[in-house]
Amino acid sequence: MNARGSLVRAWDSDLAYSFRHTPVAVAAAALTLLCVGGALLAPLIAPHNPFDLASVNLLDALTPPAWTQHGNAAYPLGTDNQGRDMLSAILYGTRISLGVGVAAVLFSMALGVTLGLIAGYLGGRVDAVLMRIADVQLSFPAILVALLIDGVAHVVLPREWRSGMAVYVLIFSIGISGWVQYARTVRGSTLVEKNKEYVQAARVIGRRATAIMWHHLLPNVMGPVLVLATIHLATAIIAEATLSFLGVGMPPTTPSLGTLIRVGNDFLFSGEWWIAVFPGVALVMLVLSVNLLGDWLRDALNPKLR
Amino acid sequence: MTLGDAPPPSPSPAGGGGNHSAPLLEVRNLRVEFPTRRGTLVAVDDVSFTISSGEVLGVVGESGAGKSLTGMAIIGLLEAPGRIAAGQILLEGTRIDDLAPDAMRRIRGRHIGAIFQDPLTSLDPLYTIGRQITETIVAHLPVSRSEARERTITLLAEVGIPAPEWRMDHYPHQFSGGMRQRVVIALALCAEPKLIIADEPTTALDVSTQAQIIRLLQRLSQQHGTAVMLITHDMGVIAETAHRVAVMYAGRIVEIGAARAVIQAPRHPYTAGLMRSIPRVGASAPRLAQIDGAMPRLAAIPPGCAFHPRCPQRFELCDSARPQLFESDDRRTACWLYSDAPTG
Amino acid sequence: MRQPAEVARALVALQGVGRDFDVSKPWLNRVVERAPRQLLTAVDDFSLEVRSGETVALVGESGCGKSTVARLIVGLYPPSRGRIEFDGAPQAAPASGIWSAGVRRRMQMIFQDPYASLNPRWRVMDIVAEPLRVQGSLTRRADLQARVSELLAQVGLSAADGEKYPHEFSGGQRQRISIARALSSTPEFLICDEPTSALDVSVQAQILNLMKELQERLRLTYLFISHNLAVVSQMATRVGVMYLGRLVELADAPTLFSRPRHPYTRMLLDAIPDLDMSGGPRTPVAGEVANPLAPPAGCTFHPRCPLADQRCRAERPKLSPAQGALVACHAVEEERG
Repeated sequence: MNARGSLVRAWDSDLAYSFRHTPVAVAAAALTLLCVGGALLAPLIAPHNPFDLASVNLLDALTPPAWTQHGNAAYPLGTDNQGRDMLSAILYGTRISLGVGVAAVLFSMALGVTLGLIAGYLGGRVDAVLMRIADVQLSFPAILVALLIDGVAHVVLPREWRSGMAVYVLIFSIGISGWVQYARTVRGSTLVEKNKEYVQAARVIGRRATAIMWHHLLPNVMGPVLVLATIHLATAIIAEATLSFLGVGMPPTTPSLGTLIRVGNDFLFSGEWWIAVFPGVALVMLVLSVNLLGDWLRDALNPKLR
Repeated sequence: MTLGDAPPPSPSPAGGGGNHSAPLLEVRNLRVEFPTRRGTLVAVDDVSFTISSGEVLGVVGESGAGKSLTGMAIIGLLEAPGRIAAGQILLEGTRIDDLAPDAMRRIRGRHIGAIFQDPLTSLDPLYTIGRQITETIVAHLPVSRSEARERTITLLAEVGIPAPEWRMDHYPHQFSGGMRQRVVIALALCAEPKLIIADEPTTALDVSTQAQIIRLLQRLSQQHGTAVMLITHDMGVIAETAHRVAVMYAGRIVEIGAARAVIQAPRHPYTAGLMRSIPRVGASAPRLAQIDGAMPRLAAIPPGCAFHPRCPQRFELCDSARPQLFESDDRRTACWLYSDAPTG
Repeated sequence: MRQPAEVARALVALQGVGRDFDVSKPWLNRVVERAPRQLLTAVDDFSLEVRSGETVALVGESGCGKSTVARLIVGLYPPSRGRIEFDGAPQAAPASGIWSAGVRRRMQMIFQDPYASLNPRWRVMDIVAEPLRVQGSLTRRADLQARVSELLAQVGLSAADGEKYPHEFSGGQRQRISIARALSSTPEFLICDEPTSALDVSVQAQILNLMKELQERLRLTYLFISHNLAVVSQMATRVGVMYLGRLVELADAPTLFSRPRHPYTRMLLDAIPDLDMSGGPRTPVAGEVANPLAPPAGCTFHPRCPLADQRCRAERPKLSPAQGALVACHAVEEERG
């Protein structure tokens, strides 16, 4: 099967057809693409580098957006309290928010799918133990779990490492807080699939449990996982923003959207509204478009709604 | 507990099981379509038949033949995007295919009953069977609740549920498969419908239970005078129960006539091939006669006679012209061999 | 001409095999509700020999244990009691996988549901080649492809079908793919679990004919599981009738169908719809299969048996020879039935 043939089949598939005919999905995808594009190309398109302390001019601090009275064309969306260009900061901040979000989702997914497959396929005590751990974790709000891990890391890590490690700690904590949904969904699908005869056929042929889980079951349980992942991405981005806002996420030296909002929060009611509002709008745009895309995907993949 | 009382029906030579005047159900040129993004699929194509009061009409065919969809269309339960694109369905002379959903719902409960394949999903697991039956009676007939309860007990006894006064307070999951199907039959009969559509009522049951349910259906239809449209893929069930049978292939009726006649002397090559490929105990042939190929998919129905690519007796006319049902001795066959056209 | 030393050997031998399933409620429920452990005896005291070249059929209704026997033989789980041997070799300890790789190569299985027995995400080529890949005998892609094409041709499909996915095929075609997969490791013994029950009658005829042809050509031995006695009469050389986990009758096919002895066998034969519409006398069918969790005492068939007496209600009959067959029935033993 050549690549071109596969591409034609994919374009012609029911999923692609549904996409082309759902305006909301197309708009959401376009918006997501805009945010992702902006984030990826930040080093190329940002007018300034907000992390380069040499280029930051303290005298330009608190400049309002370019179209207002005291604005400056060099800073289209104004600057923050340290003279950093807001547009650049938002582009780089989106990069971090998206990066942390995607990495956390991938981590959650890997952990959750693996544990779900194992619990569903092996059953018995392994299943019982894993599901009880999942139940216990679910009784805590995800953000608290993330906060807990984050807080512990802050205490445990030596001070010099804290800023540098912040990203990894965030990814880890948000990832750990989210695995349960994947595990439960995959476990449910695995329980159904493992009784199907193609799995029995594989066992008759003599394949080992790990081979059956990886080659046979995984492709068949991934469907709902993709939908979960898209929706989880939005949640993860919000979680990172929340943690940063609370001060236990990204430091102000390498701010994510949440950190920017935090910084701007202090200036919100003293008149420098743009420092909080623009990052807020960017966050909303990003999360909304990802959510809408996830909604479409869930409906498109639901055989009953077709 | 045995059910050996009713002998199998001996179909009269004319093939009818009941009153021959105005038919109870008349289906005229029914066409059911499924619009898809790749074009419209015709699942039931120009199907016409009648069922008289008290008669059992078997509709037999393999999967994809359109028999279930015909039943669903009659009872008004076609799932979107399927729809009735043409034709008429008349119940006692009045059209029912163009009714509003609410009006159809009233007809459905009161005049047409339904029995589906899976007894497990046909009953609501949250209510006792007694409650489900009495609720149905009360909804459709002008009787009091206590009267409905009495009728429920009688009906349950009739379908062979032992100790009905006690068992009517049990939930569906407390019954075995065969018992559940009996409850479903009772539920279908309780509003005293004139017609029952039974879609593969015995397929999910064990062989010995199947035999019991078939006899029950047949006995009840005789006693209550209810007409039955029995949809199945199993010729054996037809042989035991039906007065007349319609054989469907690729959405069309290919043969229709008295059950005994069609089964023992099939005319249409498909029916003949089907009968020959059924294994029988005591047959001596080492190989079963088989029909090569498979029923065409809805998207690829051949022109002319839908069966012609697989037909051992085809000739030139068959691949271009679609045969109508040609009548002879009270049997109609959709095959050019039975028309007056030269067969080449 | 058969040489005296060439008596057909037992390819598969089961002795006193039994299998119980623990169907107790989960631990937490049992503790809270003080419910006892529940054991379902799916198969009990089952002994059978399948000789090379035969087709032995196991028939029975739901809950009789025939599918469990199939899975015990193929090694999907170990027996709770008894022994199973393949060509003289016993089953290995469960820890290392029930059968050795050598035995697994010689024994394969075909399943009932053509829609669930093929992985919907795999191409047909990979499905059919899987046993070969596991075996490791053919590693080069070209060799595998050639072998798969050969197998697909053997079952009546084309080589191009290897590139497609299962959903592009009909039920009958999928069953052919299943057969191709089972044949890829050139087995001697095929266990067929209701291979045509989910197929239309005309497709069933094609598949049964194919299976017979393959048996002759490749010298296969079949264990054929079915609830359909007519299909069994077409395929089997010997037939075993099962009821609630036990064999109640075992005989040559011609003997069983012409003179069934056990009352249950007779009931099953009578329940087959009469396509000839001869209107001959038939014993009406009584009752339903009992709950396997709480089987009746004595002979488990006695509540439905027209010949049941005191002894039947108390004592379980053993499979013993009677007029050319093996029958587990007091009435037959006492020559009452």
